[in-house]
Amino acid sequence: MEEQIKTIIKLIPLFPLVGFLINGFLNKKMPERIAGIIASTALFLSFACSAWAFFILAKMPVEDRSIHAVWFQWILSGSFSSAFSFLYDPLSAVMMLVVTGVGFLIHVYSIGYMHGDGGTTRYFAYLNLFVFAMLTLIMGDNLLLLYLGWEGVGLCSYLLIGFWFGKDSAANAGKKAFIVNRVGDFGFALGVMLLFWTFAAAGHTTINLSEISHLAPEILVGGGIVTTITLLLFLGATGKSAQIPLYVWLPDAMEGPTPVSALIHAATMVTAGVYMVSRLSAVFILAPATMMTIAIIGAATALFAATIGLVQNDIKRILAYSTISQLGYMFLGCGVGAFSSGIFHLMTHAFFKALLFMGAGSVMHALAGELNVQKMGGLKKYMPHTFATMFIGALAISGVPLFSGFFSKDEILYKAFTSEYGHPVLWAVGLLAAVLTAFYMFRLIFLAFYGDSRMDPDVEKHAHESPKVMTVPLMILAVLAFIGGYIGLPHALGGGAWFEQFLEPVFAVGHESSEVVHHSLSLEYILMFTSVLAAGIGIFTAYMFYIAKPGRAKKLSDKFPGVYNTLLNKYYVDEFYNAVIVQPLIKTGNFFWKITDLKGVDAVANGSARFIGWISSKFKFIQTGFVRNYALVFVLGVIALLGFVIFR
Amino acid sequence: MEWPVLNWIVFLPLIGALIILLLNGSRHNLIRWTALVVSIVDFILTLMLFVKFDPADTGMQFMNDPVIWIGSFGARFSLGVDGISILLVVLTPFLTAVAIASAWTAIREKIKGFMISMLILETGMLGVFLATDLFLFYVFWEVMLVPMYFLIGIWGGGRKIYAAVKFVLFTMFGSLLMLLAIIKLYLMTSPVSAMRTTDLGAIMNLSIAPDLQIWLFLAFGLAFAIKVPLFPFHTWLPDAHVEAPTAGSVILAGVLLKMGTYGFLRFCLPLFPNATVTFVPLISILALIGIIYGALIAMVQKDVKSLVAYSSVAHLGFVMLGMFALNTQGITGSIMQMINHGIATGALFMLVGMIYERRHTRLIADFGGVSHVMPKFSVIFLIVTLASIGLPGTNGFVGEFLILLGTFKTNPVYAAIGTAGIVLAAVYMLWMVQRVFYGVCDKEENKKLIDINWRELAVSVPLVIMIFWIGIYPRTFIDKIEPSVNKLIEIMKTRTAEETLIDEAPIVPENQDNSDHGLEEGDGL
Repeated sequence: MEEQIKTIIKLIPLFPLVGFLINGFLNKKMPERIAGIIASTALFLSFACSAWAFFILAKMPVEDRSIHAVWFQWILSGSFSSAFSFLYDPLSAVMMLVVTGVGFLIHVYSIGYMHGDGGTTRYFAYLNLFVFAMLTLIMGDNLLLLYLGWEGVGLCSYLLIGFWFGKDSAANAGKKAFIVNRVGDFGFALGVMLLFWTFAAAGHTTINLSEISHLAPEILVGGGIVTTITLLLFLGATGKSAQIPLYVWLPDAMEGPTPVSALIHAATMVTAGVYMVSRLSAVFILAPATMMTIAIIGAATALFAATIGLVQNDIKRILAYSTISQLGYMFLGCGVGAFSSGIFHLMTHAFFKALLFMGAGSVMHALAGELNVQKMGGLKKYMPHTFATMFIGALAISGVPLFSGFFSKDEILYKAFTSEYGHPVLWAVGLLAAVLTAFYMFRLIFLAFYGDSRMDPDVEKHAHESPKVMTVPLMILAVLAFIGGYIGLPHALGGGAWFEQFLEPVFAVGHESSEVVHHSLSLEYILMFTSVLAAGIGIFTAYMFYIAKPGRAKKLSDKFPGVYNTLLNKYYVDEFYNAVIVQPLIKTGNFFWKITDLKGVDAVANGSARFIGWISSKFKFIQTGFVRNYALVFVLGVIALLGFVIFR
Repeated sequence: MEWPVLNWIVFLPLIGALIILLLNGSRHNLIRWTALVVSIVDFILTLMLFVKFDPADTGMQFMNDPVIWIGSFGARFSLGVDGISILLVVLTPFLTAVAIASAWTAIREKIKGFMISMLILETGMLGVFLATDLFLFYVFWEVMLVPMYFLIGIWGGGRKIYAAVKFVLFTMFGSLLMLLAIIKLYLMTSPVSAMRTTDLGAIMNLSIAPDLQIWLFLAFGLAFAIKVPLFPFHTWLPDAHVEAPTAGSVILAGVLLKMGTYGFLRFCLPLFPNATVTFVPLISILALIGIIYGALIAMVQKDVKSLVAYSSVAHLGFVMLGMFALNTQGITGSIMQMINHGIATGALFMLVGMIYERRHTRLIADFGGVSHVMPKFSVIFLIVTLASIGLPGTNGFVGEFLILLGTFKTNPVYAAIGTAGIVLAAVYMLWMVQRVFYGVCDKEENKKLIDINWRELAVSVPLVIMIFWIGIYPRTFIDKIEPSVNKLIEIMKTRTAEETLIDEAPIVPENQDNSDHGLEEGDGL
């Protein structure tokens, strides 16, 4: 059985790789429809194998659920070694199902969405390459292979954000994403090195994830080093998962095609940081200071991004800030030691956020690329399927009971309150963000789908429901966004918290268990009720502002123009970074080039050359070219020599 | 005695040059093909050498039968190859062949002289990497200046004379002191062996007092530091690169700069280990300055070629940083990075040359949206760019990662600064790519650009293959070099111990963390 599962998991990343090679090499020669079919088939095969492997894994005894499949050795030098080898355990199994499953739906949707673009084959090649890199990231059994996937998804993100590279804004956004991520990777790389040498000093030269998790409690004692390691690694996570202070690239990433935003910038890649932190939970848990930092950054980001989301008018940017905010929740979960809750929210978020993005894509498709929610309105009647599915997505993300987001978000908030790493303030911040989430989501829904049309007349004429190839994936995701939460149904609601149990072996190592503290059931019900109340308040306020009295929002923003403009301009963080980091770097570069190099070093070199030239210009008069002069010098020389020999 | 393969490898290009000398100068294609075939045959010879090279044997292999060259001087014509040099020996004819092919249509005047210069240059470079006699090394080191001088001075761009003279003067300035140091070593050999000699093996057996080591290290080191180039001796490089013809830049970046780093590795480290340890902080800091300084200047360049030239300063900084970590990962990474830089930067210069041939400009501002008209070219350019910025899966990552890993062990702060350099590399490279390739193709001249042709593709593809080969399966190469690297560390360790009998000072810098565990496998000193 183990051999069989090894073969299967080795195959899983190969399908998209082959798909990438076929579409990548044939490119323009490949008809776009066939390109889409090849890419989707590759994903389907990956998904089927992931599901197959999952069922085998589920049947295996819990203690055996950690399988290594080695492909070949990669970098070996001295005591350092890393391999192309995969780790298959409950955590990677869940991640693989999400990536290939949601990925497959988005591939199918893309066939409709990208129809007639002209660059569709290239698009599908990149998309397949992305899935390959993402699978490497979540399946890699050592930190270096994880890093390969980590940078690989970054590359694909760069390529896909800048997919329409003819647009300056798209090319800029791609570059920005890559560079901001590199800043995070700076920390990640240093973290890996410090981890390696720390383990090596203790006699274990390994960067293997399971070995690290296993040995961490024994080796990483004495706070300083483990705090440094984990903070460095977390810096990497803030880049990839768009947290404060490195979140700035994600809103701009919306320049890419919308399915890309759904797949890469909502459902999968941006969750890599959460995955990495959870994967190394055994290490992070040893550094309470880091755990606290993660929880604070997570909660702060959740609230901060939500406030920006309140006033944005670009439908994709609203969703982008929402993603940043939801990722904040996931980190809040991790930071309070509730790793499985973080991963649970990661999964449900993948469903509903992919759904919301693709719904937004469907709207754009119908409205000739219109992104401004102020120029929509009344779309309900034109696109009923898109509306219904997006509505479900909005309910899920807002945390309305019975929908998936409710279970996962509530679990995080509950843990934030009760866990030994938690704090009521963290809970309160999360709760406030939940109110805002419900508000901005329903603001979007109400502005886009309800009320009177504010569309341009010629846009309205062509408003239509999207083709089946796009709406069917939406419906499937809507179903998942609804039922996805039940696999994690808590005991308090009569469930078995199956999701948590399944993942537990991965996180259990080194985990002094935040479960030790048992809280009364009534506290759990009270907290749950507060969450429901939060969602209700948010939705109700949105209703009051945008349906009951549509003029209210405008009045409020006119009353507080300072607040409104600050939010609309995203707290001017981009401008701040530009002034404090980008411009000084360029100025320094110019200074080094024009002053230090040309006027400094070169001046010394050229100056000495000129000095020698000056000397020889004086001495050149010796070279008269007259034989008699030379003969004279010659004779003088002979006399001098003779004198020296005789009189010394 | 078996077939003296190293003699053939070194002199085949020279023979080729002589053949071309006899050809009629107007038969351009014949000259081109002769040069190309000779360099390819030479490359095949080195490939065979690579395959047959036995990594387990850490001494010199394939030694030719040493010929007494200058008898009265004790200088011998002796060649050999070990793990330190093997990759550079393969790289040299590889890049020479690529450079010759890339100059097919770019060089239209005085083709005969050009090809002769290229081939003589090849002989000079191979001689530098293969010489096992210090005097012979010195001769090859100087010989290679001459053809390079002509390549820049005759086939170069606008300020070619300035650049060529600057190149020669900088290099000569350094090598004079090296010659003095070689003479000093030569004089020291007399009491040890019966006859004075400049044979490397004999000189390796000398015991040199730590004080003297400092001076000798400086004398050798200056020559090498200028060649690398290490900050602040780098200013000849942007000029030489920008003015040199494409093929010249490819060779200059790809191989010539490595002569400096190779020199450090071959001579300074094993011969003057105590001095090496003394100079670790100085060299490392200069290397780090090079990394950051080169990157910042590259960022604001307006000419693509000078951008790539300044990026070389940064990349070679990494090579030096890793080497002076003085442990297995650092030095292995350093050697790998020499090769990687040769491939990636060589390729970048070649690609810039292709676009220059079409547009006769290299100013970034003159381009924009080139991807629309040259899609294949853009893909190759992007791949090479990614290799240059060290994306995992490409060759650049393998070198940079090992360098930083090794450096981290000896000094985490150095490693952190170096890693910051990698962030900056992404900034300047991607910014340039964006301005050249993306955006709207709005300039009339650019709209008519023709995509890469078959010959250009044939030249680029081998480089792209190497980028991925080294990136994905570096063992092919690392396995060949690492035993020699460990041997080198071993030699340094024993020699340092011998020289510091009085003072049992540790060879590692003071600020090294207490994770020094790897003595059992030559892992760190």
